[in-house]
Amino acid sequence: MNEQTCVIDDKPWLDARQPPFIRIKNVTKKFGDFIAVNNVSLDIYRSELFCLLGGSGCGKSTLLRMLSGFELPTSGSIEIDGQDMAGLPPHARPTNMMFQSYALFPHMNVEKNIAYGLQRDGLNRQEVKQRVQEILTLVQLQDFAKRKPSQLSGGQRQRVALARSLVKKPKVLLLDEPLAALDKKLREETQFELVNIQESLGVTFIVVTHDQEEAMTLSTRLGVMDAGEIVQIGEPREVYEYPGNRFVADFIGSVNIFDGRVIEEDTNFVIIRSEEAKIDIHVSHGVSCTPSQKVSYAIRPEKIQMCLKKPKNVKNLLKGRVNEIAYMGNLSVYQIELEGGKRVRVTQPNTIRSDEGAITWEDEVYLWWDGAAGVVLTS
Amino acid sequence: MKRRSLFITIAGILGFIFLYAPIVSLVIFSFNKSRLVTVWGGFSTKWYGELLQDPQILGAAWISLQIAFISACLAIVIGTLAAFVLVRFKKFRTRTLLSGMITAPLVMPEVITGLSLLLLFVAMQGLIGWPVGRGITTIIISHATFGAAYAAVIIQSRLVDMDLSIEEAASDLGAKPIRVFFDITLPTITPALISGWLLAFTLSLDDLVIASFVSGPGSSTLPMVIFSKVRLGVTPEINALATIIILIVSLGVIVAALTMQKGNKQNVA
Repeated sequence: MNEQTCVIDDKPWLDARQPPFIRIKNVTKKFGDFIAVNNVSLDIYRSELFCLLGGSGCGKSTLLRMLSGFELPTSGSIEIDGQDMAGLPPHARPTNMMFQSYALFPHMNVEKNIAYGLQRDGLNRQEVKQRVQEILTLVQLQDFAKRKPSQLSGGQRQRVALARSLVKKPKVLLLDEPLAALDKKLREETQFELVNIQESLGVTFIVVTHDQEEAMTLSTRLGVMDAGEIVQIGEPREVYEYPGNRFVADFIGSVNIFDGRVIEEDTNFVIIRSEEAKIDIHVSHGVSCTPSQKVSYAIRPEKIQMCLKKPKNVKNLLKGRVNEIAYMGNLSVYQIELEGGKRVRVTQPNTIRSDEGAITWEDEVYLWWDGAAGVVLTS
Repeated sequence: MKRRSLFITIAGILGFIFLYAPIVSLVIFSFNKSRLVTVWGGFSTKWYGELLQDPQILGAAWISLQIAFISACLAIVIGTLAAFVLVRFKKFRTRTLLSGMITAPLVMPEVITGLSLLLLFVAMQGLIGWPVGRGITTIIISHATFGAAYAAVIIQSRLVDMDLSIEEAASDLGAKPIRVFFDITLPTITPALISGWLLAFTLSLDDLVIASFVSGPGSSTLPMVIFSKVRLGVTPEINALATIIILIVSLGVIVAALTMQKGNKQNVA
């Protein structure tokens, strides 16, 4: 296999000849007058780990429930592996769902919880036992087979729920906020575990989450949702570094946004005059915009350089005063008040241990960044 | 602090005395050797023995148990259906009306319930020829109606607490709706069904007023027999009988409370 096909294999969405595995076409869901999902079209490929990311009430869970069959689309169609899902009740769909509350059956032990789905498929006892054993080993719960859900910790319940939804080897596994109920440390560990399991089984995962960090860690691609619509689809790096609009830039990570107007526009550079920053921002690449068009310039806090002495020969230089410092251990977040009153957020890694000569409150600092560090947003 | 806790203790003791002294004295006097109810003549269990010789009381007890058993079963079925409609079908026009009507028998004076049921049965006999006369059947129907109200309230509270996603999970794993009901819903509400049944059973066993209205010849329940006997004077035999009834009823209530509690604990999972 040469390198070219390898890349395409990894990223089927870049290959126009690849048929999508799940095809969501113009799906709309209304609850009375309220439009929960608005004309969403989305293609998801085999073995992807796709994250639907958005705030609460953005329609991500409704979309997931339409895939599982608990809600029916008001209009539009959903196809999984070439099969139209219209009219198929949940129990007849090739999907399984892991619920946010885990929804373990409280009156059955771990083993019976996991076996339930297999028994519904009419598998013989021997095979059920074997498959349950396999999946328990996979999620490392062999010793807990006889426990009731009430006798398990949160992390263990989460794994039982995962095992129960995976044991039927569904074509698509739907996960509704799978890690939301776990504490931070456990959540980070479980994230990697989840990715490993997904990779080893090759099942297509669709994860709904409101946690952007979780979405970035888990997904091959993610779709950002807002008010029932998908506003951007892309790989985590793509969405983070090249947000398509103001909402995405603001929602994923933190960002400083300067409003301004294009004053010079060329094929390989753009200059934006910003009243807020009181400078002309130099962008070292072409942007599809027109002269004097109103735009927003977004720059991530970690891409801004900061020092006490005025640097020489740099573009995009700002001067300000340290207003607020949040020490986070691995890095510190500084809030700098510019001369015009605008506040800018800057993060710096804490590479040395002592705080001697470090930037502190009320210091006058210079900020600058590279022409390629930010993004011009036209919407 | 100390004073206050002493006050609470005394108040508590007085409260319990007020509630239970009559019952305790009844139990004690059921073991009285003397024929005079108010004079203690030494310990004896002879009245219990005599009770077992009395065919009238034994017959009435048997009728009461039959009525209580059948009406409790009916009450559970009706109560479950009503509770399901109220909890699972969120929007329909007469919802508030239905909800009020189901709980109404809980507060309706028994005399009115009894009288209205009697009028209904008489009218029904005239119109459709059933039920023929008044007897065990009419008492069962009457007890089922108010038992159903209690059962509905208990089952309803259980259903409201139930996590709907476990039903969804079952259907997601391939269970058809009817399977979901028997595998998931029924086991979850079983504690409520048991305690509802026990409550309906004890209520039916206790009832005097409604039964008096709708009973007929040969269908005197135990409370009716006791009442008519008491009018001729309280005998130690009645005390013994009352003690046994108290035992049965408190057992029923305790078991009902325990099953409900156990079920709640499990549901927290």
